[in-house]
Amino acid sequence: AARGRCDLALICGAAMAVFVTRRIPAEGLRVLSQAGGCCVQQWDSEEPVPRAELLEGVKGKRGLLCLLSDRIDREVLEAAGPSLKVISTMSVGFDHLALDEIKKRGIRVGYTPDVLTDATAELSVALLLATCRRLPEAVEQVKNGGWTTWKPLWMCGYSLSDSTVGIIGLGRIGQAIARRLKPFGVKKFMYAGSHPKPENAAEFEAEFVPLTRLAEESDFVVVTCALTPATKGMCNKDFFSRMKKTSVFINTSRGAVVNQEDLYNALANGQIAAAGLDVTMPEPLPTDHPLLSLKNCVILPHIGSATYATRSTMAVLAANNLLAGLRGEPMPQELQL
Amino acid sequence: MWYHKPDINEELLQSLPNLKVVASSGVGIDHVDLNLLSSYGVKLSNTPFVVSTDTADLGMALMLASSRRLVEGSHQMAVSHDTEYFPADWLGTDLSGATLGIVGMGTIGYKVAQRAKPFEMKILYHNRNQRNKEEESAVGAIYCKKIDDLLHQSDFVLLSVSLTPQTHKLIGKRELELMKPTATLINISRGLVVDQDALVEALQNKVIKAAALDVTYPEPLPRDHPLLKLKNVIITPHIGSATKKTRRLMMENMIESIQAGLTGLPIPNEVL
Repeated sequence: AARGRCDLALICGAAMAVFVTRRIPAEGLRVLSQAGGCCVQQWDSEEPVPRAELLEGVKGKRGLLCLLSDRIDREVLEAAGPSLKVISTMSVGFDHLALDEIKKRGIRVGYTPDVLTDATAELSVALLLATCRRLPEAVEQVKNGGWTTWKPLWMCGYSLSDSTVGIIGLGRIGQAIARRLKPFGVKKFMYAGSHPKPENAAEFEAEFVPLTRLAEESDFVVVTCALTPATKGMCNKDFFSRMKKTSVFINTSRGAVVNQEDLYNALANGQIAAAGLDVTMPEPLPTDHPLLSLKNCVILPHIGSATYATRSTMAVLAANNLLAGLRGEPMPQELQL
Repeated sequence: MWYHKPDINEELLQSLPNLKVVASSGVGIDHVDLNLLSSYGVKLSNTPFVVSTDTADLGMALMLASSRRLVEGSHQMAVSHDTEYFPADWLGTDLSGATLGIVGMGTIGYKVAQRAKPFEMKILYHNRNQRNKEEESAVGAIYCKKIDDLLHQSDFVLLSVSLTPQTHKLIGKRELELMKPTATLINISRGLVVDQDALVEALQNKVIKAAALDVTYPEPLPRDHPLLKLKNVIITPHIGSATKKTRRLMMENMIESIQAGLTGLPIPNEVL
């Protein structure tokens, strides 16, 4: 049961009052609590702050430290009022922030790129391997007695060896994934996005291609782009219909990049071989969702950056971004609006 | 023959007086009595190199699945009827900066090292013989002449030795106690390379953190086996070489060997 109640009796000096929307790693909170003149109000729970509590908690605050599961839209900004100067998100994604509204109000934004790149790339490769080698299925057979003996064609998966890997969004995370996949014998890398990135692509001799060609020629499709109006619903019926029957689809970007119903149909009808998702719409996915019934769909609860060291580093960075913003100083990682 | 059936014993060999060649799937030949076969004048072949890539891939898959708690998260949580929400504190550990100790740096072990390198892991290895400088520096691997040194330092210990009388129960109670309490044991070799009872005890008493096994003894494990009940253990049903492409290649290798054996030509992949 959710415990963390906002301490409504807490009296904050108006100068540096901040609201933290969740229990965060102690190292991050310590940065704030040890900073002079910073008064922290926190939804001290593992569970997301309820909307009403969020609207109440931001009132009159100068700074807001939030997570990707908090929708910071016009309603929240209005509730906060003109005192709000800084928003710091403990994520590299910022699709949960209404940037137009934020920019209009002259509010600065901090985020956490780079520090989570390795952990997220590792998880993406982990998910790709678990999906193409059917790990959850295989483990289930071990537990339920389906494993009777070794059989030549049982539990066969797909190999990266001599494959073509198509990366949608060759940013920091996309590159880190390509680097880790290379020694698995990938024959060719291709990528799609809003524009070519020759500096990023050179290391892998990756070819910039239209999305349609990426779908048609890839054995593995890995989605690591940001969620924007342009990428929303991008992976849809048309996309999946172009993919190979033997191909594997991996999404570690944002759930809304994928049309989930179209993905379900593609998997159920054998249009693609398998899918691995670390992100869904919504999160969490209801436990009776059709995608969860498919043997060839591996779903993880958005754990891309979920290692102890990385989350701790993200929390400290988010806290430092917030403090810098409050003090009117350059942030370690500021999002250019 | 696929896997280790049928059992190659006196009775079988006597009943097949015209047998010239046994083509065995996979690279392991611990299930075959070479002396017995040769006493009947029967030749043996295996399918070595073709299985290496998939098996190395699976070793990496197990290491990643274990460190990031994938199977717990995906299978047990996502599809369980008891799950109401996914906890925010589902944390794993990074491979980046961690130490991987490879026991058995043959073809498969070396391929694991190649795959682990861009994850920024420190790579140690123990082998009967040290590899040459070029091979070592290509993957940044450091030789540990004594297995104890590797066990002390590694966050992940991966076994990719062949099963021989020398490697039987290579990893026992003593070796497990030398490992870090935060370490994970990964086995893609043979179940008997590990003292399985000692492993169960070590896992139950938190002597090591976790294990990920593609091989056990026996296979399959009986359904009430303690290894199946431990939350910190991933077991896959010996799927190291399980891709259609590789299984087809194995079959082609085996047929090639049989045809050569029957026509008296030199046998590719003959085991001597």
